[in-house]
Amino acid sequence: MSKSSITKLLDAKGVRHDGRKFNELRPVTMKVGVLENADGSAYIEFGKNKIMAAVYGPREVHPKHMSVPDRSVLRCRYHMTPFSTDTRKNPAPSRREIEISKVIREGLEPALILTDYPRTAIEVYLEVLQSDGGSRCASITAASLALADAGINMRDLVVGCAAGKIEGRVVVDLDDVEDKEGEGDMPMAILPNLGQVTLLQLDGRFSRKEFDEAFKLAKDGCMKVYDIQRKALMEKYFGAEETGEQ
Amino acid sequence: MVDVTRKYVIPGELVSEGKYKNSLNVFRVEDKYYSTRVGMAEITPDSVRVIPLTGPYIPRVDDLVVGKIVDYSAFAWEVDINSCFYAYLPAQNVFGRDYSPARNELTQKFAVGDLIAAKVMAFDRTRDPLLSLSGPGLGKIRQGEVVKISPTKVPRVIGKKGSMIRAVEMGTNCRLTVAQNGLIVISGPTEGIIKAISALRLIEKEAHVADLTQKVQTLLSVKVDEKSESESDGEQEE
Repeated sequence: MSKSSITKLLDAKGVRHDGRKFNELRPVTMKVGVLENADGSAYIEFGKNKIMAAVYGPREVHPKHMSVPDRSVLRCRYHMTPFSTDTRKNPAPSRREIEISKVIREGLEPALILTDYPRTAIEVYLEVLQSDGGSRCASITAASLALADAGINMRDLVVGCAAGKIEGRVVVDLDDVEDKEGEGDMPMAILPNLGQVTLLQLDGRFSRKEFDEAFKLAKDGCMKVYDIQRKALMEKYFGAEETGEQ
Repeated sequence: MVDVTRKYVIPGELVSEGKYKNSLNVFRVEDKYYSTRVGMAEITPDSVRVIPLTGPYIPRVDDLVVGKIVDYSAFAWEVDINSCFYAYLPAQNVFGRDYSPARNELTQKFAVGDLIAAKVMAFDRTRDPLLSLSGPGLGKIRQGEVVKISPTKVPRVIGKKGSMIRAVEMGTNCRLTVAQNGLIVISGPTEGIIKAISALRLIEKEAHVADLTQKVQTLLSVKVDEKSESESDGEQEE
């Protein structure tokens, strides 16, 4: 690709192509309750990623035979809009989108108390308006905000952040260029308060030491994102008021 | 009064540590209680509760609900009660014990689209809720305006021992039927209905604020010219 010839991913001082340090995230903003018609919704900007999450439910399962007697069915749809990439993306669900929908569903499931809503369905729609690498992590973060906004019982919020390897160096939160030109990508999602990992994928080759380093960086990244996520939720429901004890 | 500690919480947030007899909307890991909802946590010496600020309506036995008839079969009406479950109103409950599908026609009583006030007779995890019309004030709703609010804010609209609902009724000369599923039927003079709706929107918006009853009282008992002002404020909120 021509992009790599323009910029080096990492310069001599260890500064990345967009000016970040190895442990620096892209700017993140989140907003809760942006859609009127959904039961819960959230919008996230994670660097150049712009993602809208909408939650419907719990509601009746259609078709009815898919309902489970003792728990709710969680459905996720991760979708990239045709205008989210630099060349038009076919709006039909691709292999990649189907896989990401699945991993996001499995990343959210441990956080939800699905047995509280038997015979129902909870549907999560994730629409990527603009993509820039790390969209599955941003999506899962937005999805958990939307679920909390919908008032579904949750054990914890879910927050995602990736780590990766570029030019032999482990860094946090890869963007599109680093993802494509780099040597490895490791998206991760955690339950920040319970300290559990719900999503961990790895694409590339990492030594044991590099993996440990990436795991720690991704976890620290997640905690930083969690702070922003928490503030966004607090702001929607309690305004600018003090968030501590009354 | 027992001492109550209150704080705002979000899902996954540690509400309290220790041993408690009662809990609501919390998730326990050993001695730690985490919130499962966005809301206001109330911690007393023997209970941890989170009063949610958002969420769906889950039916409970004996709840008063307002619902819309969406369908009927030979034996029951199907009612949309603003929940994830459709409720059933058995025809026997309306026509009496000797109901027979050959003799009685369900459409004589309720047509599709009618609104009814009913009580939840039975509901558990395994079956859809069953409704009953036996009780005072239950049956078809013939007049009034229906307003939908978030079901989690219903207790706030009712207030302590009905203080809030009384304040709204007195200030607007209207009668309010507040159903647990978040539907409120307001009947009375038109200007009263408009005032009541703006009061309800205020309650819904500021449900987590203390001294709300007083705020509503001032909203509803101000002089005529100021009243129209506060009403237009209410419309803007929507």
